[in-house]
Amino acid sequence: MEFIIELGRYMADHSSELVSLTIEHIFMVLYAIGLALIVGVPLGILAAKVEKLAPLILSLVNILQLIPSIAMLAILLLYFGLGTQTVVIGLFFYSLLPIVRNTYVGVKEVDASVTEAGKGIGMTPLQLLVKIQFPLSIPFLMAGLRVAAVIAVAVATIAPYIGGGGLGRQIISGINLQNDIYLYAGAIPAAALAIIADLILGLVEKKTKKRFAN
Amino acid sequence: MIQLKKINKIYEDGFHALKDIDLTFEEGKINVLIGPSGCGKTTTMKLLNRLIDYTNGELTIDGKRISDINPIDLRRQMGYVIQSIGLFPHMTIYDNVAAVPKLLKWDKQKINKKVDELLKMVDLDPEVYKKRYPNELSGGQQQRIGVIRALAAEPKIILMDEPFSALDPISREQLQDELVKLQEEINKTIVFVTHDMDEAIKIADQIILMRDGQVVQKGTPHQLLTSPANAFVEEFIGSDRLEQARGLPPMTAFVDEDFPYAKIDQSVEDVITLMVDHKKDQLPVVDVADKYLGIISLYRAVRATDKTVQDLLNEDIIAYRRSAEVEKFVASKDTIAPIVEADDTFIGVLDQDLLLENLHDKFDAKSGVKS
Repeated sequence: MEFIIELGRYMADHSSELVSLTIEHIFMVLYAIGLALIVGVPLGILAAKVEKLAPLILSLVNILQLIPSIAMLAILLLYFGLGTQTVVIGLFFYSLLPIVRNTYVGVKEVDASVTEAGKGIGMTPLQLLVKIQFPLSIPFLMAGLRVAAVIAVAVATIAPYIGGGGLGRQIISGINLQNDIYLYAGAIPAAALAIIADLILGLVEKKTKKRFAN
Repeated sequence: MIQLKKINKIYEDGFHALKDIDLTFEEGKINVLIGPSGCGKTTTMKLLNRLIDYTNGELTIDGKRISDINPIDLRRQMGYVIQSIGLFPHMTIYDNVAAVPKLLKWDKQKINKKVDELLKMVDLDPEVYKKRYPNELSGGQQQRIGVIRALAAEPKIILMDEPFSALDPISREQLQDELVKLQEEINKTIVFVTHDMDEAIKIADQIILMRDGQVVQKGTPHQLLTSPANAFVEEFIGSDRLEQARGLPPMTAFVDEDFPYAKIDQSVEDVITLMVDHKKDQLPVVDVADKYLGIISLYRAVRATDKTVQDLLNEDIIAYRRSAEVEKFVASKDTIAPIVEADDTFIGVLDQDLLLENLHDKFDAKSGVKS
């Protein structure tokens, strides 16, 4: 009980610092996810459209996901140096798999009859993709985005090891100083961020699913 | 007019799907392609919008070779209705119906007007349905949307690939009736694929029966029923239907011109009296110019004497032309068959006693059991 009160007091005293760390954390994740969407969606569509490229693209993003996070960041450190940009690149690689894979599955899963109808009424392949196949794959993409966001929030906590910021800084100083209160003051907001991201994106996913379900 | 001359389709694996097909799909008619699965009927239809290209032969639309027409343009000029309906689930009914006009870049007002008009044509209130999504509609309603989507850009040709086969029997019959009724208004060249002989007899102007990539017989439903070309045709049509149809005189022979009818401006009570006097439970209704409007039934009338004849009118029962074949009525599930001139002027009603007598005589002659 005393511990909780003390933790509460610490968090209240350092609230502005914690808020700025949280914001930093959120931005790292947003940049990474944004980048992953820009690169991942076209890759997923390409994999779905050009069947020959699918195994190559999918195994590549799979391999990226398999590298342990700390190792990945260490490798990136060699090429991109210390700093937030390296963290963002690392998070981007981690977010790629769920986004690419889900876009691929989403486009592939579009009902053949709907595609045939689109083709039959005279849509060009591009119109078919933009008006029919991509919009219908959005519920799948949202599910991928949700997974990617949660992973990115978690992985971002090790950012300080390679010169990044975010809530990891608070957690790592707690570990280094062997101070529980410091540690929890970072870990609780980080966990909350992951849960909130999961809930919000879960809602969005549900909404898109409901809209597109047939 | 669509003409196929010596069309062959050979797939890469050597499968000979179509063999020397010679066909004419006539303008403004419902042409039904029918046959067992794998006979090439769907393949033949898909040649017309180039979803499949033929290997050799010549296919022309209004004299123009189809291979010279850009497939995208070609498809936009043709309506296409598919079996699984294929509405776009993420678009509203409005956007679904407007799909082709939008591709053709019509202006918004024109599209809006057209969508309203089409929805009304299939008895769906535009205000209620325009903003809904396909999954909020019943199967029958969805396929009505599928049909009007094909009509939206005013194509001359409409391709229908087993459009009603996924529906329940009641919706199917309704949509078949509606299609026949609709065709009288729109007069399109319709190419309709089915495997259901009842459906073919009911809606077709021309039936093309196929087997193993070849045309076995083509002709009006009457021709197929009365003179099947060979044992396969007989078997496919089925002995029941052949029995029914063999030698039946045309509709004209059964017109009961003395059948009473109601006028649209009469009071419901007068109409009830008329029905009771003549011992009829339903009467055809005509407008002031003697044009056929629909049917009024006694059961509905007695329960709603405060309403007008217009309110109680059942417009789903279609009238038959004098020249129509009796088989069309026999194949339908209607209990009354109003008969009209080409301009919808009411002539009378199909005399069912006479028809039954006729059928009865034939059965007796066939079975040889009863006297």
